[in-house]
Amino acid sequence: MAMSEIAGAATRGAKFRRAILPYLYLIPAFAVMTIITFYPLVYQVIVSFTDFQTKDLRLGLASPALNFIGLQNYVDILTAGLPVQNFEFFRILTYNFWWALTNVMVHVPAGVLIAVLLNVQGLWLKRVYRAVYILPVVVPPLVVATVWRNIFDEQYGALNQFLTAIAMWFGSTDIIQIRWLTEYAPPIPWLLPNGPLPLAYYAMMLANFWLGWPFMTVVATGALQSIPKDLYEAASIDGASDTQQFWNITVPLLRPAMIPASVYGFTTSFNLFAFVYFMTGGGPARSTEILVTFAYDLVRNLRLFGAAAAFSVFIFFVSLTVFLITNRITHATQSYTEA
Amino acid sequence: MKNTKELHDYKKSKNALVRFFNANTSNEVGGRDLPLWRQILLQVLTLVIALEVMFPILYIITLSFSSSTARPSSLQLIPKEISLVAYGQVLDRPTANPVSFIELLRNSFFLSFGVGAIALLIAVTAAYSFSRFNFKMRQVLMVMIFIPLLMPAVGLSTPLYLLMNSFRVFQCGGAIAIEPFMTCVGGQLLFNLRDSLLGVGIAMIAGALPFAVWNLKGYLDTIPKELEEAAAIDGASPNQIFFKIVLPLAVPQLAVTFFLGFIGHWQEFAMPWLFLTKPQDYTLSMTLYNMTGQYANAIPWNRFAAMAVIVALPVAITYIALQKYITSGLTAGGVKG
Repeated sequence: MAMSEIAGAATRGAKFRRAILPYLYLIPAFAVMTIITFYPLVYQVIVSFTDFQTKDLRLGLASPALNFIGLQNYVDILTAGLPVQNFEFFRILTYNFWWALTNVMVHVPAGVLIAVLLNVQGLWLKRVYRAVYILPVVVPPLVVATVWRNIFDEQYGALNQFLTAIAMWFGSTDIIQIRWLTEYAPPIPWLLPNGPLPLAYYAMMLANFWLGWPFMTVVATGALQSIPKDLYEAASIDGASDTQQFWNITVPLLRPAMIPASVYGFTTSFNLFAFVYFMTGGGPARSTEILVTFAYDLVRNLRLFGAAAAFSVFIFFVSLTVFLITNRITHATQSYTEA
Repeated sequence: MKNTKELHDYKKSKNALVRFFNANTSNEVGGRDLPLWRQILLQVLTLVIALEVMFPILYIITLSFSSSTARPSSLQLIPKEISLVAYGQVLDRPTANPVSFIELLRNSFFLSFGVGAIALLIAVTAAYSFSRFNFKMRQVLMVMIFIPLLMPAVGLSTPLYLLMNSFRVFQCGGAIAIEPFMTCVGGQLLFNLRDSLLGVGIAMIAGALPFAVWNLKGYLDTIPKELEEAAAIDGASPNQIFFKIVLPLAVPQLAVTFFLGFIGHWQEFAMPWLFLTKPQDYTLSMTLYNMTGQYANAIPWNRFAAMAVIVALPVAITYIALQKYITSGLTAGGVKG
């Protein structure tokens, strides 16, 4: 700690200046955030205690028609008392966690395996594949969702056409019209008892798989390249097989990179607004709704601003819990000296 | 002299070709060669994955080259015709509104560039503070920076809308009145912050900050502290250390962070859609969003596809060109040494 020794030797004025320095560097960020984050946040908390409606939008909290209704919005959300069909808070919450978790559980192993495949020494066309594999990351989610919604369309969709072609090959003459995104009956009823998963969930998992693994491959590739080659050489001299090398060298050394990436992937999937909204809009019957899409629906279509504000406060606390837990894993907020 | 240079260039180009087809990522010459049967097996595997990736992309590209506006009734991945009709129409008259493609492009660029640059400027000092200093409230303040990630954008958008909407400029007789500081009854509205790219940009910075701070802090953590200590011994003030030593070293990561933010802002449509009402302020992504909506069967499909390609292409090309830096930047941001 040479820095602090120097500071200790300096005068009291310099000491003070040094003590406030970190705060000075934070001023720009917090000045901006006070106006565009903290003020709206406080405002939103106040709105959550009112019956804020469209007519109050012009005057905001100064509107004379505004009534303070205490915790009514919060109670309504928890007891499904909102004038909204098929809404149950804990079902959406469970589904949201399940959705994010299952996505990450599929994306990370796939991403790592593909990165390992791309890292094989002497593989031809490596750079071409690396460039191609990155494409899903850069296509706007809106476009991705629109394309996949088309693929799953019951009449025009590529998937049903493909299945029909296969069925015809086996002698069937029926045209297959599976309602991938709108069928309500769950294919596996016992999975996730709090609210069975509709066919749309599996369709979205498939589409989001396309979207999700390339990012994990990017991160895993970066980490793979930093593993010293000597380790593998030493292991193979000692007679370790490729599989043993994978489990005993590659996997442990990838972990430091893949854990933060998994956390990032979890948060991204947890709040995957544009994709979910454009794939199913939360349907059928709100069974694929996640928290953010429901919050959007409350504001944009149902115009229940008070309830939306209360709902946002719930989301805030859910996300804060997730953030604090994942922060323990990734140490994102630790300073350099604590590491 | 000229001949040897040519020979050298030829060798270099040949090497480049070899490197291109057989990139050895470990920068190590030699190593064991892949047996042919394994090479073929792996090639089949990588090709299948490449097809999986390309399948939706080819679908959109094929659609964009079609001259038919109808919804495609069969799956087509290789264009039957190369018609630039859709591109022509999109470039000539992207929406039903009187706004040109160039204006949309300019708005998109202005918004993405402005938000990215300002967020970066604000984030880098904060990231430095969080990375290098240990002070009271550090953890709490850092969690506060991440609040926009915890609160969905839609949750903050209503108050932001109202806040921006209260800032208006009126033409009041001969004078100019600025609300909320002055009042003017029956004046003519000149400017509404909410209904302007500036207002949307300010609102979008909130969402851009957490990622920028996180990504920069992760990188600053990897810069050895010895450099700063040496400078401090030489008598450099903390500000000099930041501007003369840390900032120059962080330039590659600043570029990566800026670009990753830029992609996000380039694709953003929800916030601008909520705030902006004048067609001349619309962005490319908003136009793309406008083409989908609830009238799925009324979409001119080839034009939507052409617009999608136009929106995605510049970002895709830059991303692939900078892939190496982005990869190392992301890894540095996330991994603690």
